[in-house]
Amino acid sequence: MKLPRWFHQLGSPPYVYRLAERLSPWLGGLGCGLLAVGTVWGLVIAPPDYQQDEVYRIIYIHPQTAYVGMMAYVIMAVAAGVGFVWRVKLAHAAAVSAAPIGAWFTFCALCTGAIWGKPTWGTYWQWGDPRIMFEALLLFLFLGYLALRGAFDDRDKADRVTAILAVVGVVNVPIVHYSVEWWNSLHQTSTLLSEGGPAMTSDMLIPFLIMFAGFTLAFSWLLLRRLQAEIIEREGNARWIRELAVEGAP
Amino acid sequence: MTEFLQMGGDGAYVWSAYGITLAVLIINVWLVRAKRRAALRRALELSTQTELPRKQPTVRRLQ
Repeated sequence: MKLPRWFHQLGSPPYVYRLAERLSPWLGGLGCGLLAVGTVWGLVIAPPDYQQDEVYRIIYIHPQTAYVGMMAYVIMAVAAGVGFVWRVKLAHAAAVSAAPIGAWFTFCALCTGAIWGKPTWGTYWQWGDPRIMFEALLLFLFLGYLALRGAFDDRDKADRVTAILAVVGVVNVPIVHYSVEWWNSLHQTSTLLSEGGPAMTSDMLIPFLIMFAGFTLAFSWLLLRRLQAEIIEREGNARWIRELAVEGAP
Repeated sequence: MTEFLQMGGDGAYVWSAYGITLAVLIINVWLVRAKRRAALRRALELSTQTELPRKQPTVRRLQ
């Protein structure tokens, strides 16, 4: 089977580095813009909720950060799996880059969820609640992955061993998503993916979706910039990296 | 304005949630910059310690 040229190029560190260099200003700029517009729209323009009044406005950041955390895990697992099976070093670099960003966003989703829980459920935290527990497990999978990496001196070995953890842990992602349907949880079911279309009117739905796009782009920007730094770290001996370092030195 | 900041009495919840999210974004940008700077510094050290490798010979595919 003959694979297209761009597919092979995606395994080449200098090619991917330059691609990221070209893409990241667009992703970063557009992401920042959408986040700014969505925040003002969600906080100022969107009407209050008929049940939750003003506190519902956390809905413009909480599901989005939770979704980015889950997406980061899936990207990490797929990249680690590709790196493990086909021994693509760049794929391992991508997996390592996704992990800390995913951990931060998952942490953010847990914090904003706890803050939202107090006025609506009467508690910040409920031990044993399936959605909260599996989301917390997602955070611990990220942290476990990073801690396990730290236990190896040899980078190739760390890549291979942690890839197994990343791939096995991916089963948690659909469990987090469906936990609110499979079990009784304090957490409500999905507003966006509910039966019969989104359970929101358009004056709330538009900023809600803008924030999804904004966080996705901001995450992509962070991921590409992190991947670039990871490439510099891993390819430090390559001529083009040295030239880059000399060029960038003050 | 104060009405907007109070958020119907739930201002502390709304603003702390937005504040944490903004902080997480800023921390992530800062972390990735710090990582890039450290990686470039290390690459620069490597290049001053050892000679740059000779340019690799290009492998051409046989026609």
